[in-house]
Amino acid sequence: MKVKAPEAPKSPAAIALLAFALFWIALVIVLPLVNVLFEAFRTGVAPYLAAILEPDAISAIKLTLLVAAIAVPLNAVFGIAAAWCITRFEFRGKGLLLSVLDLPFTLSPVISGLVWILLFGAHGWFGAWLDAHNIRIVFALPGLVIATVLVTLPFVARELIPLMLDQGTDEEIAAVTLGARGWDVFFRITLPNIKWALTYGVLLCTARAMGEFGAVSIVSGHIRGLTNTLPLHIEVLYNEYNTVAAFATASILAGLAIVTLILKTLLEWRFADELAAHRRH
Amino acid sequence: MTTDSPISAGDARLETNGRSAHQIKPEGFKPPKATHRTQHVLPGFHASLGITLTYLSLIVLLPLVALVLRPWEAGLDGFIRTVTDERVLKALQLSFTTAFWAAVVNLFAGLIVAWVLTRYEFPGKKIIDAIVDLPFALPTAVAGVSLSSLYAPNGWVGSLFDPMGIKIAYTPIGIFIALVFIGLPFVVRSVQPVLAEFDAEVEEAALTLGATPMQTAIRVILPSLAPALITGFSLAFARAVGEYGSVIFIAGNMPYISEISPLLIVIKLEEFDYAGAASVAIAMLALSFTILLVTNFVQVLLSRRGRA
Repeated sequence: MKVKAPEAPKSPAAIALLAFALFWIALVIVLPLVNVLFEAFRTGVAPYLAAILEPDAISAIKLTLLVAAIAVPLNAVFGIAAAWCITRFEFRGKGLLLSVLDLPFTLSPVISGLVWILLFGAHGWFGAWLDAHNIRIVFALPGLVIATVLVTLPFVARELIPLMLDQGTDEEIAAVTLGARGWDVFFRITLPNIKWALTYGVLLCTARAMGEFGAVSIVSGHIRGLTNTLPLHIEVLYNEYNTVAAFATASILAGLAIVTLILKTLLEWRFADELAAHRRH
Repeated sequence: MTTDSPISAGDARLETNGRSAHQIKPEGFKPPKATHRTQHVLPGFHASLGITLTYLSLIVLLPLVALVLRPWEAGLDGFIRTVTDERVLKALQLSFTTAFWAAVVNLFAGLIVAWVLTRYEFPGKKIIDAIVDLPFALPTAVAGVSLSSLYAPNGWVGSLFDPMGIKIAYTPIGIFIALVFIGLPFVVRSVQPVLAEFDAEVEEAALTLGATPMQTAIRVILPSLAPALITGFSLAFARAVGEYGSVIFIAGNMPYISEISPLLIVIKLEEFDYAGAASVAIAMLALSFTILLVTNFVQVLLSRRGRA
């Protein structure tokens, strides 16, 4: 089977389609991005710096990094374990397991936050017990972390599973047959084979973890300087009509999104063969 | 869920039930699958499955059980009263109709973008291709505040429409705009790989037999893209129904008019009406799953017709 190679658009129809696509991407995607920077620097560099160096902004940055630093490694370890048992063994209920694994992608972020309130909120299942033992989960760091973990749960596993299925088990079985032990097989065979797909998954997971708004907004309680992550800090500032500060904070996250896109694209170009099949360009 | 061997032993025992020993046929015993051996060769089955099941139970299943059990506090009546309340019905209707129309627009725009990216060569193509994923990467709150300021009556785009008396931000049109933004990459990324793999010989055959390029595109290429288009449509739609961050800033959030269902969940939670919040969530999930089932069904029908 041969595939049609892309060529320069020649016919009027082709030129019209290209023009429409470029116009649409400029309007729908580029314009909102440019607008963030424009609004952030609208009154100059000094107010911009003042907004992102303000104590509440700094604590929001720290909290965002902290939440991601806990949630992402948890989901990375889970992703590796899930991919290992799903791609290396046959067992009953695997299809069901895969569906449960994908569930977080289909939940509204608000529902992903709501469920934790139902469990750990004041009137939740464990609310009274937690209160009696003076343990805070919602409206505190643990709540932010578990909500983020739920929302970003599938990212790493979803990158690793297709790749590891594709790679098969030959190398690992050979290693075991030659006498390698469990962790040796993993660290010397599997991990080097999946390292770029793992990086890719961790990258997407981190980006989402730092940018998550809906789920985190519900479990945060919006306590300034304490439980406000960067996306929540934007909301607070925006609702106070502090537009410049809101967009200055937004520009940090927009920058993060651009860095994510660049790294993701570089990984796709450079390590196409070592990423899952559907990522190859 | 254990290794294969106990399962096949269990199967064998089931076969015995209700039959006398002489009736057991040899084919009642399934030979172990080829993969069976792998299990004993590679280490870590119990550990990795244990971690996976524990983690999924604690992070996904337990919370969902809490969600499913919560709405019935005031009985079935309570649930029905909540979800048939006019404000809830309006919010559900708004979420699902704006998500639908945004997905329809993305279906066409996404198809054109995917077509252009796979068919034509032009300067900056790789950058354009990469930037299509921005709505995946950009935090929703950032998109929300930016779209809201762009489409407000004094914003870059809003000010073009304001003189005509068209308000975009703080109306359902604004919600639709935000959902178009977040949904675009779903359609592009579903269609692009199928289009890139399309057999050029089929296309050449159509052209040789006298079809115009337009006819070839619509009658030869488009039908084979249908399953991918439906996938992209349903992904964009499902995401749009639950979307919160990019919508609430531009929506205006007027009860009965521009209040989306996820926001209603937030409002009910703020009133400590946990059962009400869970009821709205369950209604949203039930509607979404029904629609996804229907689109799945349509997809199966289409792919059958494609094969016939």
